Amino acid sequence: MDIRVQEAAFDLGDEARAFAERQRGMGAVVTFTGIVRDLDGGDLDVMEIEHYPGMTEAAIEKIGQEALSRWNLGDILVIHRYGRLRPDDLIMMVATSARHRVDAFQGAEFLMDFLKSRAPFWKKEVTGQDAAWVAARDEDEDALSRW
Amino acid sequence: MDVLYFAWVRERIGRPKDRIETQAATVRDLVEELRAREERYAAAFEDLSALRVAVDQELSDFDASLAGVREVAFFPPMTGG
Repeated sequence: MDIRVQEAAFDLGDEARAFAERQRGMGAVVTFTGIVRDLDGGDLDVMEIEHYPGMTEAAIEKIGQEALSRWNLGDILVIHRYGRLRPDDLIMMVATSARHRVDAFQGAEFLMDFLKSRAPFWKKEVTGQDAAWVAARDEDEDALSRW
Repeated sequence: MDVLYFAWVRERIGRPKDRIETQAATVRDLVEELRAREERYAAAFEDLSALRVAVDQELSDFDASLAGVREVAFFPPMTGG
């Protein structure tokens, strides 16, 4: 399991390729990428992402271990950025490998659902005049119950 | 004990961290002590249903014991991903 919490940008292509190439005996790799979405009016200047150093890594590790125990996964990669990001910047990515695709897809979905509301990150949207913390959505909390 | 604040809780209180001596037995008792400190603490802790708590970096709840605990953190529901 490879977990990275970092301020720096990452290269999606390089990371996905390196992850796929270091697998052995796996038939499937699934990747998910989260991107800074502009507001409907197109006026998002910056998305600030704050996190809880120490707890963040531990919480992601725990979510990853749970995924490994539930599905037949070969490996897991999670990269999550913090700091000041701009619209269309990559925020994070998840990759899973498995012998069969269903495990890889479900493992990745599980990781995403739990990263959304159980990993200590907080997003703030900054526009020209204003700044507002992104509220957690009930749907994201509800999504956990399906697992 | 270190008490940490994140996101709007940090902004409302105006600092990221307090180091405090406390006899509080539970997180809820600690919240009562903090509320009594100053108006900005009372404002931050006005509605506990809007807050989450971590005890020694593990997600916990307001009834958790503080025996032997070194770090407590308060923050709004998380918005990762």
